[in-house]
Amino acid sequence: MAAGVAAWLPFARAAAIGWMPVANCPMPLAPADKNKRQDELIVLNVSGRRFQTWRTTLERYPDTLLGSTEKEFFFNEDTKEYFFDRDPEVFRCVLNFYRTGKLHYPRYECISAYDDELAFYGILPEIIGDCCYEEYKDRKRENAERLMDDNDSENNQESMPSLSFRQTMWRAFENPHTSTLALVFYYVTGFFIAVSVITNVVETVPCGTVPGSKELPCGERYSVAFFCLDTACVMIFTVEYLLRLFAAPSRYRFIRSVMSIIDVVAIMPYYIGLVMTNNEDVSGAFVTLRVFRVFRIFKFSRHSQGLRILGYTLKSCASELGFLLFSLTMAIIIFATVMFYAEKGSSASKFTSIPASFWYTIVTMTTLGYGDMVPKTIAGKIFGSICSLSGVLVIALPVPVIVSNFSRIYHQNQRADKRRAQKKARLARIRVAKTGSSNAYLHSKRNGLLTEALELMGTPEEENMGKSTSLIESQHHHLLHCLEKTTGLSYLVDDPLLSVRTSTIKNHEFVDEQMFEQNCMESSMQNYPSTRSPSLSSHPGLTTTCCSRRSKKSTHLPNSSLPATRLRSMQELSTIHIQGSEQPSLTTSRSSLNLKADDGLRPNCKTSQITTAIISIPTPPALTPEGESRPPPATPGPNTNIPSIASNVVKVSAL
Amino acid sequence: MATVRHRPEALELLEAQSKFTKKELQILYRGFKNPCPLSHQECPSGVVNEETFKEIYSQFFPQGDSTTYAHFLFNAFDTDHNGAVSFEDFIKGLSILLRGTVQEKLNWAFNLYDINKDGYITKEEMLDIMKAIYDMMGKCTYPVLKEDAPRQHVETFFQKMDKNKDGVVTIDEFIESCQKDENIMRSMQLFENVI
Repeated sequence: MAAGVAAWLPFARAAAIGWMPVANCPMPLAPADKNKRQDELIVLNVSGRRFQTWRTTLERYPDTLLGSTEKEFFFNEDTKEYFFDRDPEVFRCVLNFYRTGKLHYPRYECISAYDDELAFYGILPEIIGDCCYEEYKDRKRENAERLMDDNDSENNQESMPSLSFRQTMWRAFENPHTSTLALVFYYVTGFFIAVSVITNVVETVPCGTVPGSKELPCGERYSVAFFCLDTACVMIFTVEYLLRLFAAPSRYRFIRSVMSIIDVVAIMPYYIGLVMTNNEDVSGAFVTLRVFRVFRIFKFSRHSQGLRILGYTLKSCASELGFLLFSLTMAIIIFATVMFYAEKGSSASKFTSIPASFWYTIVTMTTLGYGDMVPKTIAGKIFGSICSLSGVLVIALPVPVIVSNFSRIYHQNQRADKRRAQKKARLARIRVAKTGSSNAYLHSKRNGLLTEALELMGTPEEENMGKSTSLIESQHHHLLHCLEKTTGLSYLVDDPLLSVRTSTIKNHEFVDEQMFEQNCMESSMQNYPSTRSPSLSSHPGLTTTCCSRRSKKSTHLPNSSLPATRLRSMQELSTIHIQGSEQPSLTTSRSSLNLKADDGLRPNCKTSQITTAIISIPTPPALTPEGESRPPPATPGPNTNIPSIASNVVKVSAL
Repeated sequence: MATVRHRPEALELLEAQSKFTKKELQILYRGFKNPCPLSHQECPSGVVNEETFKEIYSQFFPQGDSTTYAHFLFNAFDTDHNGAVSFEDFIKGLSILLRGTVQEKLNWAFNLYDINKDGYITKEEMLDIMKAIYDMMGKCTYPVLKEDAPRQHVETFFQKMDKNKDGVVTIDEFIESCQKDENIMRSMQLFENVI
């Protein structure tokens, strides 16, 4: 039952009273309307724009979001309205659908945005009214083609190291741009196709005169040379065909494809000729076979996209072409018959039979007008002129259709190519923007770890930290951190080619906490160098193995505030280390530590892609990543060792 | 086809004439004003013509053919016989059916059965009505509809209603017989709360 009719249900029920007197048996009881609500206005607030409608209007379509109880999820108790955080423009169309029962598709709307909105409100796009359905379908088709294009090019550009040899070969054949070898092969085959075609042409040119005999075509004069050329070309083509056959993912499908048929037709005449050379009877047929060699020119369609488009267009306009052919045939037969009978009377007429008149009709309709057959009688001339006039019309009609099809497909291809070219630049720009935001994670990670360290130390420094990141960010970062903890891995910057050294880092992190706590317990009795060296020695692996690549950029900060390391960009590694004027030894030792670390690592490291945060506790040296300066915490005592240890320990690699 | 818009009488007037409240009239008018979603043709606003009427009614009875019955209904609603049911006609009819006394309802039913409005229900008229009602059921019924079922039903009806056995049923006979039948009385009250 159509929903709009629900409004007339009361009438239909009332009209049923007309049956009552006629009925012989009692009627069933009417269903009670339990919650008989008075029809009320409900307010739908869509991104600030308020729409109001009757509740019953929405209930006409109970299987959509607005018509069912699903909308209660969006009910705002405070304002007593339903709030949807969606596009108000599209909502207009959606609401009109409830009101009128017809869903319209506005032309200015993007197709995927519209589809998303419809999916959200639980409305099937199929019920778009006839007035807008064509447009919708067209746009949808275009969009699907674009997506397919993008997917294809994506697939082409993915590097899939796990392809088998056969698959790589196939890819090389299909997309010559994937590797240099493929490109070379592509151009070589193209060259040989051209050579072969030119050879075929030149073979027939009369080449100089051998004195004493008639002019020979070049093919016979230099027959050996031409034969060698031909053989070479055929060799290349055969090898290419066999390679393609080997590499094809589905051999059966490959054999049936058009291009492979062309390939076969191109090389078969040669082999057949080899076999049949000495048989006189069939040499005539053999000569005919040589005609097929011209099909080699079609092999160029692999090299030219325009040719492929032309072929595709012709295929897609098959119906128009068929119509053209059919109407032409009809017209030819009609006019040929008429001309034949008109010219029958005239003497020495060339129009000897109707089939003979076909030639005249075709030549006239296509406005060629060779003039080898002309009508002589007046009636013939009249009909002849009608014939040529109508010929122009019949041919002119389907041609624009074919042309527009070709133009549409061609431009689509151009657009696809342009999109592919622009895509790289676009993606690069997007990547740059994204790394900016991923920096935020690492910064706050350092912040977070620092906070943890501080908390462990019991220093109430947190309030200065972390407020710089929003709640969502901090929750997201916490999540990432949890994942790191779960897997024992850590995030690396610019990581695609870095392999995470899980074991070392696992130990590393584990050791972090352990050492950290240990050192927390350890008293301040230990002094710097001693603690440092054992830490150094006890974790020889730390500095050397924790990061495969490491470059350091250390800055010394004024000791008044916490020495903070500056985190430049992701590309730079910052080593946070302690700095304090009160402990010059510290600095020296630290620098020596750094030096040592550097030395140890230098052989290993390449470019600095890792940011290492070495967090240490602020006593005179306090660390903050990235320019946050905090007042140095109170007690230097217990904290003295920590920095060094901590700096060793809490090496957040991966950063 | 008249594209003249027809404005109904004022709300207060209608409220006085019918037994509906203002709110009920508002709800009814909203539905009445927009029967167009069903049909693909342009419908003159403000009135419902027979085509639309039939279409609407057939939406409720998809299996059978309700056009004949809808035709009779249309004639019953279209009291001034101008080919279109205006909102006033609609309200008048509904007011009787939903809020009227039993007497009024029976009167209305008699008017429906009396196709030529001459005050008598003949067997032929009743047969037409009966056939129309059975048509609404459609072909796929259980038990299968027999050819003469409508005729038999008419016979039963006339036996009950036609007191003086003169082959026609007058309004008084009709009302009298119906008032005696408990089933009919009860079923008349069935649709009190439709709005």
